[in-house]
Amino acid sequence: MTQSLIELTTAQMLAGLRSGEISSRSLVQAFIDRTNAVEGRVHAYLSQQPDEALKEADKADARLAAARRSGETVPALLGLPIAVKDVLTVRGLRCTCGSKILENFVPPFTATSIQRLLDAGVIILGKTNMDEFAMGSSTENSAYGPTSNPWDLTRVPGGSSGGSAAAVAALETPVAIGSDTGGSVRQPASFCGLTGIKPTYGRVSRYGLVAYGSSLDTVGVLAHSAEDIVPIFENMAGADPKDATSVDTPVPATKLDNRTDLKGLRVGVPVEYFIDGMQPEVETAVRKAIQTLKEMGAEVIQVSLPHTSYALPVYYLIAPAEASANLARYDSIRFGPRASEDSLWGMFKQTRGELFGPEVKRRIMLGTYALSAGYYDAYYGQAQKVRTLIKRDFDEAYKSVDVIACPVAPSTAFKQGEHTGDPLAMYLEDVFTLPINLAGVPGLAFPVGFDANNMPIGMQLLGPHFKEEVLFKTAHAYQQVTDWHKRTPKL
Amino acid sequence: MKLTLEEVNHIANLARLNLTDEEKQKYQEQLSAILDYAARLQELDTSGIAPTASVLSASSPLRPDQAGQSLPVEEALENSPSKTDNQFRVPPVFE
Repeated sequence: MTQSLIELTTAQMLAGLRSGEISSRSLVQAFIDRTNAVEGRVHAYLSQQPDEALKEADKADARLAAARRSGETVPALLGLPIAVKDVLTVRGLRCTCGSKILENFVPPFTATSIQRLLDAGVIILGKTNMDEFAMGSSTENSAYGPTSNPWDLTRVPGGSSGGSAAAVAALETPVAIGSDTGGSVRQPASFCGLTGIKPTYGRVSRYGLVAYGSSLDTVGVLAHSAEDIVPIFENMAGADPKDATSVDTPVPATKLDNRTDLKGLRVGVPVEYFIDGMQPEVETAVRKAIQTLKEMGAEVIQVSLPHTSYALPVYYLIAPAEASANLARYDSIRFGPRASEDSLWGMFKQTRGELFGPEVKRRIMLGTYALSAGYYDAYYGQAQKVRTLIKRDFDEAYKSVDVIACPVAPSTAFKQGEHTGDPLAMYLEDVFTLPINLAGVPGLAFPVGFDANNMPIGMQLLGPHFKEEVLFKTAHAYQQVTDWHKRTPKL
Repeated sequence: MKLTLEEVNHIANLARLNLTDEEKQKYQEQLSAILDYAARLQELDTSGIAPTASVLSASSPLRPDQAGQSLPVEEALENSPSKTDNQFRVPPVFE
């Protein structure tokens, strides 16, 4: 019974909870049991709250039972367990961001995205592991130890939302919330055989999302399928008075059906996303998936995003520049341990030098340099101008296509330790995901095959601003005719 | 272009980071490599191109200027490593 409960789709869980066929307690207990069985090998979570989750489950069951008697409607996600990346605050739940500098931080407020999900009835199982301050592509930068990829424990789950991805892939939660600043939802989704949405910038409130690169940060969702993501996304999205960059563009109610006809859909394939040096199996699987979309009726059109190769240097100037400003708040005055009391400056420097990890310090240094007097115009200023060109590439492409299909990463999940000595090699892992954040457009990653080592391969569908619905519908149609998303690792 | 050790010291100071000699050396190498890579941006002619600070075209929303509920002092201080008399406590700012 336990095994079958955790294998249900989110839609089946919600239907079962509604009808009374399954209880929230049994569902939550099933995921707790599964976590107890596999977590020692995966290390997806930084903290868990099983007792609290079961208590909430009992409350949800009581509400569901009462509603069945009275016929009243209940919140859309009532009784559904989820996991939350440790970059989003939940009042009273420790939030470390994978950093020693927030080791004891217990936030006094809840992120809007999470509050909306709580209002819709979800139950939080725990907070998931991540690269420190979401800076990384492998979850090896967590101050609390790496997470393993459930498909091969010697490999990374991707990053920075690696804990969220591993938790879903290992069936330790049906759904997990992540954040995506340069690919941090899509790349781990791809590495772990999952579906993951990076919404349009401004679509989901950033209030309570610990800031990294504020003009790039988004809150996203990882699950097994587009169908599983839709109800979560719809309950999180929308304008928020607490985030001035959240946008009040209406969130359409996405109606998914079992139609697999994609007639009328124009799919763009960007030549710049199939490069020398990428794993041949990735290219083959992605091209095959595009062929499948074509067979389903879509029109496939070659497009060009000519400034793609500049996205990496642009991102690695803009994101660290914003990070260097955002992370100035870690001064050991309002939160965090304090490493020295010598003098004010000594306190700042000692605390930050001691408690930030190597990648965070590297990016703060890089960003500080890019913003410093004499270098601002050449680095940060020029990067912002090239960002305009990258955004225009997308605007231009969307004049002739509805969506763009391309690989998520040049390779499948790499081995732990493979890139840790060479930051530039690690940054190159993000080459296909960064442009999307720079342009602010939405991207949906989903599995389209496996390589010879049985590691998942992901494709991303990109859309114009605020067109997540088209991505969900297209991926859902694809997932009706394929079963890559149904495969789970043996653990 | 290779960063000098003085430049690394200067940036670390601006960023308020104490670094060990080993870290300084490592960052000198790594940051130089990353900046070399970033130098390719100079190939592009961006004269007449406006910088993008935000992808949003919408203007900044305003809210009514009304007093509302805010975080109670005790809760705002809760996570501080040092506090006294409902205030944050820090080493002397002026000697």
